[in-house]
Amino acid sequence: MSAIEGLETAHHHETEHEHHHEAQNFWQKYIFCEDHKVIAKQYLITGILWAVIGISMSVIFRIQLGLPDSNLSWLKPVLGNWISDAGKLDPNFYLALVTMHGTIMVFFVLTAGLSGTFSNFLIPLQIGARDMASGFMNMLSYWFFFLASVIMFASLFLQSGPAAGGWVIYPPLSALPQAHPGSGMGMTLWLASMAFFIVSQLLGGINYITTVINLRTRGMSFDRLPLTIWSFLITAVLGLISFPVLLSSVLLLIFDRHFGTSFYLSDIYINGEALPNVGGSPILFQHLFWFLGHPEVYIVLLPGLGITSEVIATNSRKPIFGYRAMIASMLGIAFLAFIVWAHHMFVTGMNPFLGSVFMFLTLIIAVPSAVKGFNYITTLWKGNIVFTPGMLFSIGLVSLFVSGGLTGIILGNSALDIQLHDTYFVVAHFHLVMGAASAFGLFAGVYHWFPKMFGRMMNTTLGQIHFWMTFIGIYLVFIPMHYVGIAGFPRRYYQFTSYDFTHKFMDMNMFISVAAIFSFLAQFIFLWNFFYSIFKGRRAPQNPWRSNTLEWTAPVNPGHGNWVGELPAVYRWSYDYSKPGAKEDFIPQNIPYSQTLESNFPHENEQIANEKAIESQNYNDQFNAH
Amino acid sequence: MYIIIALVALVFLVITGVVISRLQNVLKNVNNSDAADAEPSGNKWNGAMFIVILILGAVSITWSYLHAREFFLPEASSIHGRRTDDLFWFSMGILTIPFIIVNFLIFFFAWKYQHKKNHRASFYPDNHRLELIWTIVPAIVMALLVFTGWKAWSDITSDAPRDAEVIEITGKQFNWIARYSGVADNKLGDYNYKLIDSQNEVGIDLSDENSFDDFTNPSEMHIPVNRPVLLKIRARDVLHSVFIPHMRVKMDAVPGMPTKFWFVADKTTADMRAETGNANFDYEIACTEVCGQGHFSMKMRLIVEDEASYKKWCAEQATFLQTYPEYLAKVPENLKAKAMKYVPAEAAAPADSSATSAGGAGSSSSLR
Repeated sequence: MSAIEGLETAHHHETEHEHHHEAQNFWQKYIFCEDHKVIAKQYLITGILWAVIGISMSVIFRIQLGLPDSNLSWLKPVLGNWISDAGKLDPNFYLALVTMHGTIMVFFVLTAGLSGTFSNFLIPLQIGARDMASGFMNMLSYWFFFLASVIMFASLFLQSGPAAGGWVIYPPLSALPQAHPGSGMGMTLWLASMAFFIVSQLLGGINYITTVINLRTRGMSFDRLPLTIWSFLITAVLGLISFPVLLSSVLLLIFDRHFGTSFYLSDIYINGEALPNVGGSPILFQHLFWFLGHPEVYIVLLPGLGITSEVIATNSRKPIFGYRAMIASMLGIAFLAFIVWAHHMFVTGMNPFLGSVFMFLTLIIAVPSAVKGFNYITTLWKGNIVFTPGMLFSIGLVSLFVSGGLTGIILGNSALDIQLHDTYFVVAHFHLVMGAASAFGLFAGVYHWFPKMFGRMMNTTLGQIHFWMTFIGIYLVFIPMHYVGIAGFPRRYYQFTSYDFTHKFMDMNMFISVAAIFSFLAQFIFLWNFFYSIFKGRRAPQNPWRSNTLEWTAPVNPGHGNWVGELPAVYRWSYDYSKPGAKEDFIPQNIPYSQTLESNFPHENEQIANEKAIESQNYNDQFNAH
Repeated sequence: MYIIIALVALVFLVITGVVISRLQNVLKNVNNSDAADAEPSGNKWNGAMFIVILILGAVSITWSYLHAREFFLPEASSIHGRRTDDLFWFSMGILTIPFIIVNFLIFFFAWKYQHKKNHRASFYPDNHRLELIWTIVPAIVMALLVFTGWKAWSDITSDAPRDAEVIEITGKQFNWIARYSGVADNKLGDYNYKLIDSQNEVGIDLSDENSFDDFTNPSEMHIPVNRPVLLKIRARDVLHSVFIPHMRVKMDAVPGMPTKFWFVADKTTADMRAETGNANFDYEIACTEVCGQGHFSMKMRLIVEDEASYKKWCAEQATFLQTYPEYLAKVPENLKAKAMKYVPAEAAAPADSSATSAGGAGSSSSLR
């Protein structure tokens, strides 16, 4: 029925971009492909399509919130009966929009689209591997994600609407179809989709970890890995540990919904009926959910930070400041990510002592985050900065990360969270620090590695304009949103007319909505630039950003196995930019110290003796059968 | 407000102008920039933009904050609320310092160290002392904030004082129901969700004698001023969350797991009407945990009044048994005599058989 329709539409969407001129083995080359570069592009384009859907949803509910009197009849062709005859958005559908916006952006865009794209694309190319450890699992990973996408997309077309209990799907609301239309078939599909999504993440994550550990090329020791790879590795470990917990919580919820168990249900009277379930705890779900949910924040953010480290160093023409401190702070953040989850639950009735413990642990995260922020700034200091679009987005990321992160210190304080919990202050906080910052990481990555992905350049000026409009737009949306939050406006409200205390800030909400629409429109510059440049962009040189990492030593359009002939050997870290005495202001990782005597430091001269040994160990090359 | 809109419109206009002029440049320069040592494309204006945005941003954030301030909630009406507010603004004040410094440095460095011809960046890979400084300084500031927050949190979540007025509040789709312990015994009776029906909305267990004088109210809650109030919070269907913005009170309502929150309101509704100059001012209770279609309108009025009027109001309320005398049938035989005291005289006689009409009459008075 309508679900099938949705399914087909999704399929159509996903495959559209794949139509190329190759005829002979189209399926193997572009669809069920095991090449990491193609899989990365599949992730990227699927992610972009999801982003368009996810952000469009936010625009619709921003119109509802900021311009409540507007007539939405013009959306009827798309949304049908979700728009009433009077041109009003249906309150149930409003909740569905909020829920799907969150789900899509967090999981499908910023997890799959960001980590899936760049882990896949960059890990083999930057560590000097022919491909992922298991190309087949990698392909499965994408197609499980695709299946999850199809199911989620289909749920948008249900008559009862998609899932609508908030992206955190707290039971009992999500467990009881009689509580909300979105808790019916929509929630069933949500849960099924997420189960497949988790499978996809695990297949991908195992692959990333294995590849980074086992397939580094000769000389690529862990202390020479670019920070991007470190961030992907840590992200994959986070996902591998936390996603199974989400899977189990989802499974238990499925049991509660369909098999009459009481994991999350107790003492419920609904629709004139007392349910038989006793002994369950809705709080259990929240613990399990946030055990994933909090690391998920870092799963989303760390790849962005890794990309930023690389892009900022390259375009400042300076080594990243405090390489080891950057790794240490990422490890610290990753570790702490697992022991702070209950700061989302200060006012759930959890034992207040636990609240104190989690407050303490949460605020510790500020320390490694501060270190990262300062290190980025010091990397800019006395640089020779080239404002490529990737660089602009990276600088923007640091600003957003810091601005949004600071309010986290407020929210992590349980006493202050009492008032601010579930208000727009929270919405503003996490959109800046996790949403926008990670999205900026995604943009930075796309602009920076587009030449390697498609062999062509994106238009720089359009990229710069896109950056400024997005950057300004994001701040215009989310700074005022803090004010709305301080005034106590609760989130997920269909409208603010029911209460006296929300009977203000009408113009502020309108302003936010207008700014949101503005930022949304700015993204079309990107879309045009992206798709146009794939086909018509200027041909890329081999190393357009004069960068040190290995991917730029591969051919402009790397084929199967990435490098022609032998895999490159690595003799130095990836941040030898503007080294005193060097001829150029960059020395790629594959240049041995013996060729750069003029710029070597004393301890580097000592390493020349090892070069022969590095040269000869070539056992990781799958093309070199031993 | 129109000024902001005008300002933003202006910004958009300028940006649009820039876009158009740049686009023209792009079209002109397509395919002719591959010179090796050329000035990176667009570097100058992007560098300048950082300074422009830095200044515009500082001005508009300051201005918008000053503008927004008058719409924030009035001073908290509870003792702990003023404490958390002070802590909030204190923390915000402290955090504004790194906010300004860090953003200034990002924008300023971006502009100052933009690409210059024949210039080379300085090779500066690490400095342990610097790293140590910016690890330790945030750690100390955090420790300070954690400590003050922790003190406040443990006081707020400590056990309620003994003399606290205990009121039960139950969330359901889509309203709140308050239950009072009644004037006779000052104890809330037991409840059981299986006893819930369309009249006994919170499942009062009438086999417990403490419940005989309990009364409920589905539209407003009265509390005494200057006396601790302990809210016992429940939900009967899905999660809800009690939010009293003016009191800085928030606590989830969880089916199957009673929660609680205690606070001292020290401004009556009348005080607030005088203070805000709004004769219609009312405290409100809202829901902040998404609970379905009516989530945005689960409103309950909260009336804070002095002890005498509060006592008077409580005494005027019809107990649950008065409102629905037919529930006398659920009272165990040995307690019937005791329960009779709370039942209107005329309804008491035919209590077991036909009390529906009396119940209807009673309910209209209590529900208003």
